[in-house]
Amino acid sequence: MSETETKTRPIPSPAVTIETKPFWDAAAEGRFLIKRCNACGKAHWYPRAICPLCHSSDTVWEESPGEGVIYTFSIMRRSPTGPYAIGYVTLNEGPAVLTNFVADDLDALAIGQKVKVKFQPTEGGGPPAPVFSPL
Amino acid sequence: MSIKGKAYIMGAWEHPLRDAPDKTSAQLHAECAAGALADAGLSHDDVDGYFCAGDAPGFGAMSMIDYMGLRNIRHMDSTETGGSSYLIHVGHAAAAIAAGKGKVALTTLAGRPRQGQGGRFGGGAGKPGQLTDGPPEAGFENIYGGSTHNTYGMCAARHMYEYGTTSEQLAWIKVAASHHAQWNEHAFLKDVVTVEQVVNSRMISDPLHLLDCCVVTDGGGALIVTSPEIAKSLNRPKVKVIGAGEAPKGPSGGHDLDLTHSGAVWSGPIAFAEAGVTPADIKYASIYDSFTITVLMQLEDLGFCKKGEGGKFVSDGNLISGVGKLPFNTDGGGLCNNHPTNRGGITKVIEAVRQLRGEAHPKVQVPNCDLALAHGTGGSLGTRHGAGTLILERE
Repeated sequence: MSETETKTRPIPSPAVTIETKPFWDAAAEGRFLIKRCNACGKAHWYPRAICPLCHSSDTVWEESPGEGVIYTFSIMRRSPTGPYAIGYVTLNEGPAVLTNFVADDLDALAIGQKVKVKFQPTEGGGPPAPVFSPL
Repeated sequence: MSIKGKAYIMGAWEHPLRDAPDKTSAQLHAECAAGALADAGLSHDDVDGYFCAGDAPGFGAMSMIDYMGLRNIRHMDSTETGGSSYLIHVGHAAAAIAAGKGKVALTTLAGRPRQGQGGRFGGGAGKPGQLTDGPPEAGFENIYGGSTHNTYGMCAARHMYEYGTTSEQLAWIKVAASHHAQWNEHAFLKDVVTVEQVVNSRMISDPLHLLDCCVVTDGGGALIVTSPEIAKSLNRPKVKVIGAGEAPKGPSGGHDLDLTHSGAVWSGPIAFAEAGVTPADIKYASIYDSFTITVLMQLEDLGFCKKGEGGKFVSDGNLISGVGKLPFNTDGGGLCNNHPTNRGGITKVIEAVRQLRGEAHPKVQVPNCDLALAHGTGGSLGTRHGAGTLILERE
């Protein structure tokens, strides 16, 4: 094992709004939702009621397998709970998602690596948060 | 010079709701924007100026610009004076348009005070079982332990991946800053460091080491900007503002994410065009240096070298005054001298003024320094930030 053996970083309870409640309700069931726009056909992230790409209000929730590749990441070493990886995953549907990468060996993470979503409990009994791990 | 007759109000729209339990404040802002644009017969892409006040959730004007997908913003203003903000915004928008800084300005107001807890802002922290109404990105970004160190680390990692940039090349930026800081009696770090010392310093957030980071300092600074008449009446060397550019950059709905460039790709050309000069004309540059990677990306984006060649450009002392081609941050910059209250923008302007006045330390003063650039990036290169470029000339 490398010196950056995984300790899971506690994730605070996410701020849930009326606009994003369906995402977090689905997360509690282990389902990963993204928003897609019926007008331009594109998926976007973070989910909004109004498409940030074409400004249409005709956006719908869509269940995603939550698979993609690591666009970039950085392993934060200055952390009281141990090192953790933060970065972007580019989903197969297109949009890039800011997240934590969770792995047995953080030093083995690499840009371009395939990853898949999983959900991690959050502090205070908040809804679980999406994180990504190597496939 | 006056705003009289230089600007028109061509769109106006009042939201029909008086009770909005099912929409966020951000959503209401976006609906108001769409309503006013439709009223004017303009599109989101026509908007090049955005104004908002304290009712707009998030980070100045930048959260809402990113949320609404405003792609062409080159003028931002989040002047906050309570309920009068929007009248002042119109005045500021007219002044900006009169000055040629833009053509279509949007100002929005929205909120939902009737909704109790869920209608209040909060700082973006979640409360289990409760709805919030803070920055729209908060739930999806604030929970992952993002900091300046690791979000700038993400940019450095991607720059290295795409262009082969090395830690040794980044280290040269700190080395140059330290060469300058040794002459600054007020510098927080006065010791000259080597490339080896930088790359062997403790890793903070890959690939950024301790010495890739700026200092944390108390303190501050201030600037006085005057009319030409006042300037002429004062007994100080005159530093003329000849170009100014600004631009936001955000994740843009997650599409075409490119963390290897900053908003300087837009703010820089605006400032250079207004000034009528090119990067090759610049004798001294103050470049925001929260981290070494910040400098490297901005130098590329401003056109001092090609994209991807920043590593080569900063190497071998090329940023050291008297040694290299582009003397930068001759006060020691944020990397060694000062980064007061974690905001290094004002000290960038101050050192550029010293250089243009001929009042920098003699060991770092650029000879015949008559044209300087000062550039800053605020927020995070890795998520959303605002870029500002100034071109300054000694008269």
